[in-house]
Amino acid sequence: MTDTTEANPVHDWIAKSVAENPVILFMKGVPEQPQCGFSAVSVQILDHLGVDFVGVDVLQSDALRQGIKTFSDWPTIPQLYVKGEFVGGSDIIREMFQSGELKTLLEEQGLLAA
Amino acid sequence: MSQPDLEAALREGFPDAEIAIEDLAGDGDHYKARIVSAAFKGLPRVRQHQLVYAALKGKMGGELHALALETSAPS
Repeated sequence: MTDTTEANPVHDWIAKSVAENPVILFMKGVPEQPQCGFSAVSVQILDHLGVDFVGVDVLQSDALRQGIKTFSDWPTIPQLYVKGEFVGGSDIIREMFQSGELKTLLEEQGLLAA
Repeated sequence: MSQPDLEAALREGFPDAEIAIEDLAGDGDHYKARIVSAAFKGLPRVRQHQLVYAALKGKMGGELHALALETSAPS
């Protein structure tokens, strides 16, 4: 996404995480207990769709909290990745859910039964 | 960030745009902006929002905590 030539261990860790987990949400708090309304809405949408996802609590590490912003070139949390691609933040997640695009995307990626 | 400052920054970034800003909480920190600009034409939403964040020059996530965005190109 951003500068991959410069060594950044946090970026490396994020790159590895988004490559290994088909659906991964970088969020404030954990899925069972989100610490921010925007993260909570994103979790609710993913739960509602019934897709398996991994939640990463960026509040556990300031380096991660800053690193995910520069990795995605995106200033806010939460951030959703599907199959290694950055999908968006909470507004985009909500819009795509309401229009049905998110479900379609997950189905096309084989992450939800059509 | 005050609403006029926010609007001015968005105007500067998107001179052609139709911009509507709503102060969601009345606290000068949670806004919703609807921006219709030809600059968004053909771009995925992530790129559209990245253009808006770029226009705000790093204020998003800092002095501006929450900005709900609705971006689109003129139909």
